[in-house]
Amino acid sequence: MTTALNTQTGVLVEQVVRRFADRVVLDHLDLTIDDDELVVLLGPSGCGKSTLLRLLAGLDKPDGGRIEVPVKRAIVFQGDRLLPWQRVLRNVTLGLRGPDADERAHKALAEVNLSGREKAWPKQLSGGEAQRVALARALVSEPELVLLDEPFAALDAITRLRMHDLVRALRRKHHASMLLVTHDVDEAIALADRIVVMSNGRIGDAHTVHLSPAEREASVAREELRAALLSDLGLASQH
Amino acid sequence: MALLAPPAPASAPSRPRDVFLPGGSQRQSRLATLRARLRWPLGIYTTPVAILFLWEILAQAGVLKPTYAPAPSDILSTTVELWQDGVLGPDMAISLQRAGIGLAIGLVVGIVTGVLGGFLRTGEYLFNGVAQILNTIPLLAVLPLFVVWFGIDELTKVLLIAFGAGVPMYLNLFAAIRGVDQRLIEMARTTGAGPWRVVTRVLVPGALPGFLVGLRFSLAYSILGLVAAETINADEGLGFLITQAQTYLQTDKVFVGLVIYSILGLLADQVVRILEQMLLRWRPSYEAV
Repeated sequence: MTTALNTQTGVLVEQVVRRFADRVVLDHLDLTIDDDELVVLLGPSGCGKSTLLRLLAGLDKPDGGRIEVPVKRAIVFQGDRLLPWQRVLRNVTLGLRGPDADERAHKALAEVNLSGREKAWPKQLSGGEAQRVALARALVSEPELVLLDEPFAALDAITRLRMHDLVRALRRKHHASMLLVTHDVDEAIALADRIVVMSNGRIGDAHTVHLSPAEREASVAREELRAALLSDLGLASQH
Repeated sequence: MALLAPPAPASAPSRPRDVFLPGGSQRQSRLATLRARLRWPLGIYTTPVAILFLWEILAQAGVLKPTYAPAPSDILSTTVELWQDGVLGPDMAISLQRAGIGLAIGLVVGIVTGVLGGFLRTGEYLFNGVAQILNTIPLLAVLPLFVVWFGIDELTKVLLIAFGAGVPMYLNLFAAIRGVDQRLIEMARTTGAGPWRVVTRVLVPGALPGFLVGLRFSLAYSILGLVAAETINADEGLGFLITQAQTYLQTDKVFVGLVIYSILGLLADQVVRILEQMLLRWRPSYEAV
């Protein structure tokens, strides 16, 4: 299931340890993500998903092991984290340099269906719009790795489904490795090339998802996968 | 059986309910605006103007003696008189000059140390202790000391105003920079923004509300410092005008000085208000009912 280690792109995590005080959160964890692959990291809250994501982002340093990620990477956080004192356009150009920054930001905003909202203040945006701006801000730099930390958890169910469509559309244009952290089994099935379940500070089970978009919505295979994931999460007895 | 809840009376009064209707009915809204205008015809200046009216009436009726509190109209005419005599103009000019220089020194020192203290750990250790100590010392208490150190000339006056303006600016600016949302700084770094970008687009605008609070305090304290400073050995300036008038029991002239001080305070507040409206447009703020 894991690929050979000859990839120069993607993500390579080897035997990574992360502990807070005497609590070991990540216990010799291994993970690889291929170029252009979307891996969903599934697990209950508090299992260390976000900790791993922060390590991949370079926001924290591991206490052991080795992590290799592309330099060009971007993060979409759970909250939109927009700068309230900058208009939408300037929020997207935050990390950009060069004379074409505005033009690229316009394009990125168009991709997330927010053309015409460039001059809005963040306070004027709905939750879904704000999160789309955050998505545009991440993608505008053409990253090789996109890390998404429960990006749609705070959105309502309908908006979340629209965001899933958007992510699928964006993946056709942007070729990047993606790691999406979530506790939502349905979201994982909707988006993943591969779903990995975290338990006890390690990657427990992994499921490669070979389903068509229609099959992801409703099919026997989908229900089997869902049951398997719930069983991995220790929730099987309820179903 | 005993635990059984008493049955609700069949004829229970209907529970209170709220009904919301569109509030834009024209007759209502016209009435509402009229009522609002009647209630607060001059906005925040309604109360001061009402007090002035009451004061005028009481003074005219002879309830307030002119030596205690002359009528506002008398104060106004005294002001005009003083201005025409060529007394008030130069006094105001010298006072404004003192306040301006003192404020400028205080703001520069407060902002420079505040920025250094906010951005650098070293700056924090260097300035914070001193600023906290200075903050607890009342402006009026250092006045005698300043006289001993810097004499009774302009220097003492200017430094006292600078002291009053500098300390609150430092404290507020420091707190404002340190109070910028850590998650936004983290986010900015992950987008690949360099340190300069993080400072100019995140830290500076993020600290702006706190800076304006500091500015408000600085302006207010600089005027306070001005009043205190001008009571010592002044031979010109508004403080001199007041002290002299006090000596000769010219209460109306004392009031002229006080009125001018308060107008300065009001102007300072308006300046900050305008700055806030211009610079903090992005802020979703609470609008009181």
